[in-house]
Amino acid sequence: MPPTWLAEPAWIALRLSLKVALWATLIDLVLGIAFGYLLARKRFAGRELLDALLTLPMVMPPTVLGYYLLVLIGRHGPLGAWLQQVLGIQLIFTWQAAVIAAAVVAFPLVLKGARAAFEAVDTQLEQAAYVLGLSPFAVFLRVTLPLAWRGVLGGTLLAFARSMGEFGATLMVAGSIPGKTQTLSIAVYEAVQAGQDDTANLLVLITSLVCVTVLVSANKLTPNRSVQA
Amino acid sequence: MSRLTVKLSGAILLSMALMPVWAAEVTVSAAASLSNAFKEIGAAYEKQHAGDKVQFNFAASDPLVQQIAKGAPVDVFASADQDAMDKAENLKLLAAGSRRNFASNTLVLIKPAESKLALAGPRDLAQAAVQRITMGNPASVPAGRYTQHAMEQAGLWNGISSKLIYGTSVRQCLDYVVRGEVDAGFVYATDAALFKDKVQVVATVPTETPVSYPIALIGTSAQPQAARQFAEFVQSAAGQAILARYGFGRP
Repeated sequence: MPPTWLAEPAWIALRLSLKVALWATLIDLVLGIAFGYLLARKRFAGRELLDALLTLPMVMPPTVLGYYLLVLIGRHGPLGAWLQQVLGIQLIFTWQAAVIAAAVVAFPLVLKGARAAFEAVDTQLEQAAYVLGLSPFAVFLRVTLPLAWRGVLGGTLLAFARSMGEFGATLMVAGSIPGKTQTLSIAVYEAVQAGQDDTANLLVLITSLVCVTVLVSANKLTPNRSVQA
Repeated sequence: MSRLTVKLSGAILLSMALMPVWAAEVTVSAAASLSNAFKEIGAAYEKQHAGDKVQFNFAASDPLVQQIAKGAPVDVFASADQDAMDKAENLKLLAAGSRRNFASNTLVLIKPAESKLALAGPRDLAQAAVQRITMGNPASVPAGRYTQHAMEQAGLWNGISSKLIYGTSVRQCLDYVVRGEVDAGFVYATDAALFKDKVQVVATVPTETPVSYPIALIGTSAQPQAARQFAEFVQSAAGQAILARYGFGRP
């Protein structure tokens, strides 16, 4: 039998937060590498506008993002109604909605890290790989990405920490259902609202520890600390 | 410092010292369900007491108690149930003897206006077609407490508990129903009345304890006189008429 403390609301909330943050970070990692590479290497009209649009979640209030998402994926939203009718999926008030909220809010952190990292890669190394007969995709996988990896990973860890702490947008689209959508940060809010200071203390301690751990890891991975050849 | 500056700063200091005499700013923390009625009461009060300003802080009742307990500079507190006011009283936050009931309300079950679900009362919420029901979080929202007690008494609580979406205030629950994000919800009759075109009242839900609203002065208030005047205005004929217009009952 699992130890009883694992069934405590605080640990349930922690596990849910980790699950949501992991999925959000994974989505951001894939999209962040794609868009980071695109913005770093391709020249096209509206490039800086696209960069600005994708960075917007970092500067917009989470409540604004939450409202956009609610209007978009809610039962009557264009995407929400389509998902409901075609696939029978309802996103609002599910942990998947929390993942979407966290992914949107944290995305710029991966994007910024990835774009800077790709821009720092010496294109002569890539050209050498082309000359030696590697396909463009193989060059990306075996030369560009390994060289940019530390920068990408640094941004990814920050995105993970940001996803763990997401509150405003998450509360609006995922609600606060204990065990289902009540993440750590929302559990803190509920505990304070209800005057349960003991629970709040435990929850903020856990949150702080996780965030410090992630930040220390992210600092160790930032490119400027590594010795460049 | 020039003589003019001295005179000017003297005049400013003097006016600042005199200001509180004719311009008291009363901060009222009130239950979310009172929002619309209290805003109108506040405007009417300001008209009658020239110079006085009333500022409101609306939220679920329990978080309001927590804010006051942590030192928020509040002068008057109005809650949506006796539980929340009891908490404030037990924490010794109230001015002794100032607690009064000033209004009553009823709990209702509502559904989105365009909903085609066959709902006649809480008993129908157990059917599989009803997937999401919203109510206030009983830990911090009075409407949630009334709902939980009523459903437990009716023996319906276990049947619906897996479908519940807790709101952080009764107004958030109302918003979920108005937007059609849930199938049904528990709010006050006065909340439902604000969106007659968007929500449909399914049934009045009998509550174990009547829904009654107490008001009290906060012991640490910096302007007890103005605070008392406002609380009295809420209970006066003028205040009661505004509350009645929004559907609140007599205390």
